[in-house]
Amino acid sequence: MADDKSRTRSLLIKGGHLIDPAAKINAPMDILLRDGRVAEIALPNKIRGSADEKFEARGLIVAPGFIDLHVHLREPGQGYKETIASGTAAAAAGGFTSVCTMPNTSPVVDNPEWVEWLKHPGRGALVNVFPIAAATLNSRGAALTDFAALQRAGAVAVTDDGKPILDDEIMRAALRLGAELNLPVVQHAEDTRLTENASMNEGPTSFRLGLRGMSAAAEANIVDRDVALAQQIRESRLHVAHLSTAEALKAVRRGKRGVHNARVTCRVTCEVTPHHFTLLDENVGEYDTNFKMNPPLRSASDREAILVALADGTVDAIATDHAPHATHEKQVEFERASFGITGLETALALAITKLHREQEIALTRIVELFTAGPARVFDLRGRGSLVRGHFADVTIFDPKKRWTFEAAKSRSLSHNTPFDGGQFTGKVVATIVGGKMVYRAG
Amino acid sequence: MMHRLPSYVMNQPARGSLLSIELLEDKEILSLLKLARRMNPLKARPLLRNRRVVLLFYEASTRTRSSFEIAAKSLSAITTLVQSSGSSIEKGESLLDTGYTLRAIGADAIVIRHPAAGAPHLMAKHLDIPVINAGDGMHEHPSQALLDAFTILKHKKSLKGLQVAIIGDIYHSRVTRSNCHLLTRFGAKVTLCGPPEFVPDIAATLAPGLRVTRHLEEALRGADVIMLLRLQKERLAGQRIRLQDYIARYQMTAARVKLAKRDAIVMHPGPIIRGLELTEEVADGPQSKIIDEVHNGVPTRMAILAWALGRAK
Repeated sequence: MADDKSRTRSLLIKGGHLIDPAAKINAPMDILLRDGRVAEIALPNKIRGSADEKFEARGLIVAPGFIDLHVHLREPGQGYKETIASGTAAAAAGGFTSVCTMPNTSPVVDNPEWVEWLKHPGRGALVNVFPIAAATLNSRGAALTDFAALQRAGAVAVTDDGKPILDDEIMRAALRLGAELNLPVVQHAEDTRLTENASMNEGPTSFRLGLRGMSAAAEANIVDRDVALAQQIRESRLHVAHLSTAEALKAVRRGKRGVHNARVTCRVTCEVTPHHFTLLDENVGEYDTNFKMNPPLRSASDREAILVALADGTVDAIATDHAPHATHEKQVEFERASFGITGLETALALAITKLHREQEIALTRIVELFTAGPARVFDLRGRGSLVRGHFADVTIFDPKKRWTFEAAKSRSLSHNTPFDGGQFTGKVVATIVGGKMVYRAG
Repeated sequence: MMHRLPSYVMNQPARGSLLSIELLEDKEILSLLKLARRMNPLKARPLLRNRRVVLLFYEASTRTRSSFEIAAKSLSAITTLVQSSGSSIEKGESLLDTGYTLRAIGADAIVIRHPAAGAPHLMAKHLDIPVINAGDGMHEHPSQALLDAFTILKHKKSLKGLQVAIIGDIYHSRVTRSNCHLLTRFGAKVTLCGPPEFVPDIAATLAPGLRVTRHLEEALRGADVIMLLRLQKERLAGQRIRLQDYIARYQMTAARVKLAKRDAIVMHPGPIIRGLELTEEVADGPQSKIIDEVHNGVPTRMAILAWALGRAK
């Protein structure tokens, strides 16, 4: 995208309020973008250079471009659910300037050729695409992929998302190899031996509906084990995807505190989705498959623990787990319906509505969870903060704007969202990638 | 909550649908029971003449299927049975497409049994004809709960204050879920009894006033009604229960029946497995109402069908 000729050469964002947690800025600032980079940041009206174009941001928050660590764009192979073009258009509308794509496509992204294919300009991506490659061949959990070659091709992490790496020895080997290459291993923490045929959280609601439940322990057991493994491997990097339970959070906290043997330093990070900090298992109602995802919506005490962890810094990033599915995959018996919901276009609105307005978490912290936090998790250099010389990825939003989300107007090819008709506060106004405006609210 | 939950949601099920006891109002339950008492399969008026009732069965059934069929035919309805084997369901047709097909053929009501919980709800949300749940996975079996209440009320004056012990595989039982909703709503005191694999503690959250115990004696003491359940081998995926242990602790024997009130009745939704959850002696004993339940299934389902098709006069 950096070579796109249609890009405006320079753009001045004037009169906005900049929140850049990594740079410790929370003040009115003007920003000049030039040639795909941040050229200058200065107090209002202090930028001297001229610009080809101006964006009036009065009353708006200007932030580093949002980064989503967890999206399913479904290509290669499942273009009827989503394409890179449609998924990144939805990302742009949601304020995301970078998305990290999951490898559980068809075929699985387990070789460098597919990583390069994903990054190819021919895919029509509107925002930056950072592929996450499979950790094991065909994500079968048996033999590791060629991490080094995948990393050279552009993979920012490895995972078997959709399923866990269950085997202790394979997970240990993945963390070891990841440590050598400084490559995070992302785990979908689910002990699938405990969740056979389960379709929602285990609790009063699953009992009432007669559905088999996934216990919190099925998640926590794997996170426990992974943290213990990571703590035995110097420089290892473990990232827990879509964390959903209070029990698993305890293990992450343990991992972040480190170990007594100071020579072993591991990095344990985690992400949380907007739906897990917003909804509860009981919202499934009478078998609404738009409330079916994996990990499932959890209990009130799990959500409470997640809200605390979002506020206190334990959680590193908000990630959507955007998982589009076609109508015919959702309009079926609950137990047969595909897991997952779309999320790119509602993430910021949920964060502001639920976390900021209801839970009184500061906007600076929320912006951190969308920017500096995720940039650190996958070491996305030059992103997540708007300092001079960094990529000109900017998200501009109105934290007070009230609006109603309509799934029918989504840019995603799929409309499997529980938030259709949701009334929110906080809306993306403009999304700028590499200095080019890729979304502007109509 | 800052956003209203799905507004677009789903269409309402057609009037007359019977999806679960939980979604029924008290007065609907009472009027169905009242109607059932007036139904007699041998002297029925042709309330459903020229009405088409499709029996859509994705799971094996003897009692429920034949009693719905006899109920419908007693009221002069035309019935068709569609089973998953030998139909397009085998070829991969989705539940909704099957529903649309049956509607196009002219079905006025669909009676559905399905191994997936919530399948009748899905169909009801997309069809404009009544959908009657004849058992969905581990969820509910509302017509069974109605016929059980009908049976109890033939022997007991009222449900209020009645002590009911339900013993066995509660977790997998759709009958129990329906019965718990119905019985507790009308003031019965229900105790669920069995090992933790079958009766998780969480079962007590299903309805107000439910109790869970592991001890059979405790469940039976003072009971007016003993409800037994079959061990559902087909739903035992991954469970490790030794049958001999179960029999030793929970099998209903004549001696154990004596722990309950002298006039207690013994019920079972069937099919029964003699020698497993109950002894021969109990199954055929004077307190057993197991055959009565089957018998009462017909008038109860006549009432359900008449109600569904707006002929409940």
